[in-house]
Amino acid sequence: MKPAGAVAGASLAERVRAAAEIAAEHAEAVDREGRFPHEAVDAMRAGRLLALSAPAEVGGEGASLADIAGICTTLGGACASAGMVFAMHHISLVNLLDCGMESAWHREFLTRAASEQLLFASSTTEAGVGGDLRQSICAVEADGERFNLAKNAPVISYGEEADAIFATARRDPDAPSSDQVLCVLLKDQMEIERVSTWDALGMRGTCSHGFRYKANAPQEQILPRPFADIAAESMVAASHLLWSSVWCGIASDALAKAQAFVTAEARKNPAVTPPGAPKLAETYTRLRLIEAAIRDGLARWDVMRANPDAGPTMGFALAMNALKVSVSTEALRVVDEALMICGLQAYKNSGPYSLGRHLRDIHSARLMIGNDRILAGAGQLLLVQRTAQTRRS
Amino acid sequence: MNQQIHDIILAHAGLPAGVEITDETDLYRAGMKSFASVQLMLALEEAFDIEFPEEMLNRATFRSASAIERAVSQISSATLVA
Ligand SMILES: Cc1cc2nc3c(=O)[nH]c(=O)nc-3n(C[C@H](O)[C@H](O)[C@H](O)COP(=O)(O)OP(=O)(O)OC[C@H]3O[C@@H](n4cnc5c(N)ncnc54)[C@H](O)[C@@H]3O)c2cc1C
Repeated sequence: MKPAGAVAGASLAERVRAAAEIAAEHAEAVDREGRFPHEAVDAMRAGRLLALSAPAEVGGEGASLADIAGICTTLGGACASAGMVFAMHHISLVNLLDCGMESAWHREFLTRAASEQLLFASSTTEAGVGGDLRQSICAVEADGERFNLAKNAPVISYGEEADAIFATARRDPDAPSSDQVLCVLLKDQMEIERVSTWDALGMRGTCSHGFRYKANAPQEQILPRPFADIAAESMVAASHLLWSSVWCGIASDALAKAQAFVTAEARKNPAVTPPGAPKLAETYTRLRLIEAAIRDGLARWDVMRANPDAGPTMGFALAMNALKVSVSTEALRVVDEALMICGLQAYKNSGPYSLGRHLRDIHSARLMIGNDRILAGAGQLLLVQRTAQTRRS
Repeated sequence: MNQQIHDIILAHAGLPAGVEITDETDLYRAGMKSFASVQLMLALEEAFDIEFPEEMLNRATFRSASAIERAVSQISSATLVA
């Protein structure tokens, strides 16, 4: 069935390709100027790519997480910032879909989001807790049927361009730091002030500025499920899968440049295999492993989602942690190896083989929830994971 | 067993001081973090000489004292039969 709003006649692949072409065209300017990839996001809207995973009944297309992941890779290869915007938006959409369908306000909001192609940002990071998703200092304060929330957020990607921000906070002022909820805050319900500017090494187009904001909104906008469950059952895994897919896109584009470079060398002198060819094969192999890891993660996601009563096991959480740590590390290696293959041509900031932007962008991967923090958590989980060797005798 | 489980929760679930829990209190909402839930689980295994199977290692198993009691009973009876 063709979704009502879809661009007449164009297949999903065609719409994605169109958005990716526009993203690629502006990627350099976005990076250089550290500005939001407006053209690419407008193209996503025009191609109706922003509510793909919502069911058709609310105006989406019922796309699977694997479909979204594939688009993240395509867009990430064209412009890493645009790909990351698409990924982060869809992570919030997964959260909304997971608990929004039961609540009248969220269903209505989903319908509006699909028809108007609203863009969602996420505000979990808070001054004082860093990248620990599962802790908040700020708290929801009930105010009759409404609530107030004030948060000091050192990073919110495209916080100024988003139509709504999904913010974590403690359930109430007396709740412990880990008893959190996720609130949908609409732009016109917030007073938001930029307190620091995102002038970063890479991912410059995500415009991940620091903000302080105050919101007042109806309590029905708070997602009905505890954030602890949302994090464990969808957000952490969806983040790691979609971020990894973007990083895979960056690595794929770097490899494509290296391959083009080696091929050009071979054309100049067909009698001799270019010196970069073996290295190219090694890098190619690494990229295949990255792709396999993502496919494995997506398959585990499907198994987990097909069995919602059991919920995610610790084994699932471990696998998602391993995915994030390995893809962020290996994708950086791919880009670094591509730089070595192309040499100076890649080091220069212009020309067909330039890889500076890729290298700077991919350097964000290991920090986006620090790998050491993730490994510390995974180390804990490994103490309880059961293998034949750890069994009590 | 119920009292012993409550004692282990108080000792290992890392709840804020002074928190009172009943059989049904949601421990995550009461402030148990995932790090503490691991310690709680290891302490339960030691105290009851059991081993939680992989499929029970999820948030639901450790959500409350009564959920834990059900899980421990289930594992203990399975071990007796085996
Ligand atoms: C491109 C990009 C976009 C982002 N967009 C958003 C956004 O839209 N919204 C949002 O809320 N956040 C966003 N973030 C923030 C991100 O989610 C993390 O919160 C952030 O990367 C963590 O920053 P930090 O390194 O200062 O934090 P911290 O988590 O404070 O970590 C500092 C350092 O300590 C290490 N560390 C921490 N804990 C441990 C531990 N237990 N054991 C060992 N080492 C540890 C970390 O690995 C890290 O090296 C974004 C980040 C990036 C890079």
